[in-house]
Amino acid sequence: MDIGVVVFPGSNCDADTCHVIRDVLGHRAQYVWHEERQLAGFDAVILPGGFAYGDYLRAGAIAATSPVVRALREYAVAGGLVLGICNGFQVLLEAGLLPGAMCPNTSGQFRCEFVHIRVERIDTPFTCAMTSGQVLRLPIAHAEGNYYADPPTHQAIIARRQIAFRYCDPRGTVAPRANPNGSLDAIAGVASRVGTVVGLMPHPERASETVLGSEDGRLVFESLDRWITAGGFPAGVPVSAGAGAEAG
Amino acid sequence: MRSEQGERVRTMQVRTVRIVVSLKPGVLDAPGQAIRQGLDALGHPGVQHVRAGKYFEVELDDDGRVEERVREICDGFLANTLIEDYRYEIL
Repeated sequence: MDIGVVVFPGSNCDADTCHVIRDVLGHRAQYVWHEERQLAGFDAVILPGGFAYGDYLRAGAIAATSPVVRALREYAVAGGLVLGICNGFQVLLEAGLLPGAMCPNTSGQFRCEFVHIRVERIDTPFTCAMTSGQVLRLPIAHAEGNYYADPPTHQAIIARRQIAFRYCDPRGTVAPRANPNGSLDAIAGVASRVGTVVGLMPHPERASETVLGSEDGRLVFESLDRWITAGGFPAGVPVSAGAGAEAG
Repeated sequence: MRSEQGERVRTMQVRTVRIVVSLKPGVLDAPGQAIRQGLDALGHPGVQHVRAGKYFEVELDDDGRVEERVREICDGFLANTLIEDYRYEIL
């Protein structure tokens, strides 16, 4: 597979992401500068972690106005596969490609630690190699990961199965003490309705090699490879379901 | 007024707009709480509550629809209206 990894001024997980795709998994990955206006040709595009444009105004807010995100919107609407990790997730929220918003962590702290997340949805390009309810151990590193959606939006994302991951304890139980940032409903990751756009706060690229303490993150990239190799949506899913990213 | 080319040029007044963005009531204001704790630690008595926010001064040409444009700027960019409110003053 051939993956585009977007580089904003202030991205700092772009090299880690390319390293996993190229060196650990043996696929192709290219850096895509934030002024790029063309994304066609990539099997998927990843927005990596960091502090795009210094996170001035709000995390991800200025990045959402960049040329590459304008191109990303077209790419996503055309059915392109998009993953946002940490700051990349914040950019997807600010760009309206996923519903909700991020608030500062309830602890007031920048949290940098391993957490556990439970897989809530496996029919997406980024989770299809996982099992439903599987617990992944991945690191977080953020100050603004407190996911918020107003009550109607929250109800809508539940009804549309848009919660991709929830924070949980090592046994998979969702509990306040296992929620590192105060996220509504312990939400750690969100998917678009059809699942082609996914964002999550934990860093799979920092947990894809045993030397780093966990290999669970590889499942995200292995899912993507499996999805692309299989040619996209499984048989029986209407083709039209493949197109369209949505905020709602 | 005429430019060097002799065309009539309309001089457009510049208006200054003061904009304050803050988290909506009900959305946890972690920075505000941390600041209040800091005031406690410094020994300021009777500080009941602190709300943190952002302040912007925007200067823009007065094209007759300044207020409308300020709302567009706030709704579309300066505030994330899912979690933030804003207020403004046009000088």
